[in-house]
Amino acid sequence: MDASLAVLLTIVTAATPLLLAAIGELVVERSGVLNLGVEGMMVMGAVAGFGAAFLTGNPYVGVIAAIIAGMAMALLFGLLTLTLVSNQVATGLSLTLLGLGLSGLLGESFVGEPGARLPKYFGVDMLIPFSFILTAAVAYVLFRTKAGLIIRAVGDSHNSAHALGYRVIWVRYLCVLFGGGCAGLAGGYLSLVYTPQWVENMTAGRGWIALALVVFASWMPWRLVAGAYLFGAISILSFVGQTRAWDIPTQFMNSLPYLGTILALVVISANRRLTRMNAPASLGQAFVPDR
Amino acid sequence: MKKLLTCAAAFALALGIAAGSASAQDKLKACWIYVGAIGDFGWTYEHDQGRLAVEKELGDKVQTVFVENVAESDSERAIERLARDGCAIIFTTSFGFMEPTLKVAKKFPDVKFEHATGFKTADNVTTYNAKFHEGRYVIGQIAAKMSQTGTAGYIVSFPIPEVVAGINAFMLGAQTVKPDFKVKIIWVNSWYDPGKEADAAKVLFSQGADIIVQHTDSTAALQVAEEQGKHGFGQASDMIKFAPKAQYTAIVDNWAPYYVRRINDVLNGTWKSQSSWDGMAEGTVNIAPYTNLPDDVVKMATETAEAIKTGKLHPFTGPITKQDGTVAGEAGKPLADGDILGMNWYVKGVDDQLPK
Repeated sequence: MDASLAVLLTIVTAATPLLLAAIGELVVERSGVLNLGVEGMMVMGAVAGFGAAFLTGNPYVGVIAAIIAGMAMALLFGLLTLTLVSNQVATGLSLTLLGLGLSGLLGESFVGEPGARLPKYFGVDMLIPFSFILTAAVAYVLFRTKAGLIIRAVGDSHNSAHALGYRVIWVRYLCVLFGGGCAGLAGGYLSLVYTPQWVENMTAGRGWIALALVVFASWMPWRLVAGAYLFGAISILSFVGQTRAWDIPTQFMNSLPYLGTILALVVISANRRLTRMNAPASLGQAFVPDR
Repeated sequence: MKKLLTCAAAFALALGIAAGSASAQDKLKACWIYVGAIGDFGWTYEHDQGRLAVEKELGDKVQTVFVENVAESDSERAIERLARDGCAIIFTTSFGFMEPTLKVAKKFPDVKFEHATGFKTADNVTTYNAKFHEGRYVIGQIAAKMSQTGTAGYIVSFPIPEVVAGINAFMLGAQTVKPDFKVKIIWVNSWYDPGKEADAAKVLFSQGADIIVQHTDSTAALQVAEEQGKHGFGQASDMIKFAPKAQYTAIVDNWAPYYVRRINDVLNGTWKSQSSWDGMAEGTVNIAPYTNLPDDVVKMATETAEAIKTGKLHPFTGPITKQDGTVAGEAGKPLADGDILGMNWYVKGVDDQLPK
């Protein structure tokens, strides 16, 4: 296989889990909810996906289980922040911790077992084109349908949306569940395709990167694709550089992806007009309908 | 009256606690601190197998405790906790635990500490290591024989002497079969990160390597090899389960003999601080069964392993030409242990800059 094609494919597989988790989080944040629990949902998806595939021998069951696990965590998040109106930031962080710990506990018996890998079709993992289709679908729904308009309205001004009669809490619940499902799917991708095994904390911070990517993309789906692939490319190219004996310290190369993300965030935040234009105005604010 | 009752209660309580701790003290408490998860199926897994062997053999006299996933930056707290909890001997199983181990050892002079892969000892601190490079020499020969591109991909964590010695031994072994054998090296700056190791393996394969060697702990790289129809070597454990067609063999660590020996020393009161370095001869470093290899290669590898075990062959026998052209070691004589333990140079033939 041509070297550059192989590297390109590696970049694509590295970027896909980021894209999957980030597109879900984009929808959640567009509806005005700040979900910092993406990492926890991702890792729960990873353990559930691997566990289900391992126990049933069917990786497709694993995919479904991963999505359900992500949604279950999201449901918990929704109950706490939407019904009980708890602080979204604090709840999201605690959910991350819960997910990391719980997944470690549940996955104990799976460690050291080789897993069932999701089969490729035409030499490609199906979740890769799926991530593009999902992005296209989200872009279409958000910007060309009434449902998307309602979601964005709820995210921009939940009080006005409520005054107009839209069920804010219900819309947010649906978006949060969607985001959780996507995060779970991203986790399942890690444990069923990327490295078909389960190890504690196998998401290795990808959930946090997905969160940063949503801001990086200024909440626009196609910019998210650019961000995810940029991050994946920097990560892989730092390894390519090592094999080509580029004379750059390896520790610096390994930290490049994270530095790149921070740089991107700084550049975007510097232009306040740009950020303000797209950030959902009610992001992170608690909504209590005033009767 | 009230005061008398309170005094009596306190006395009874104290007695109870003393009795409780005394009965717990009957068994020697041996503790292990792991940098990774016991399920990594690599480095930490093998240490835990050693601990389980101790339990099996000395279970009536010894109680074992372990803490896993201890980050190096958090290790001082964890080691101190174990020392306070009454451990008589504590095994800290990662290079990065060196300074924390020494620090805690100063505070607890009656507790014995054993630090794996370190090089600083104290009255109550011992270091122990294994001659992994002996195994690397053997797999270097296999790699050179089996590679069709003449290039191996090496995935490594941090540039500590043990890792560098491993790369050098691998290359020296490979060069006995193919003098111009090449190696491409990727530093992932982590002992255990399946995602990164998988990425590194994919990049190495795309850059012309067709055999993977690793000094990191997960099975991810071998899984990538299996997927792409290439080959590699397992690290610390026999990873054949994860790569039935890809694994040629593995270097398997076996800490059981060492752990049983040292704990017996504690039980007999003959424990002394030392710096031990077991290898294939003592059974600490083993080669997993050869798989996916033609018979003549198996024969060659078996002979080499036998020669190393009996001491006839030493991987670092001089003269060795360094990457910068200078020569190390005297003709026919193996390098001094200290030189190997502090190795910070590459042999000639390695196209890589050693990270500072």
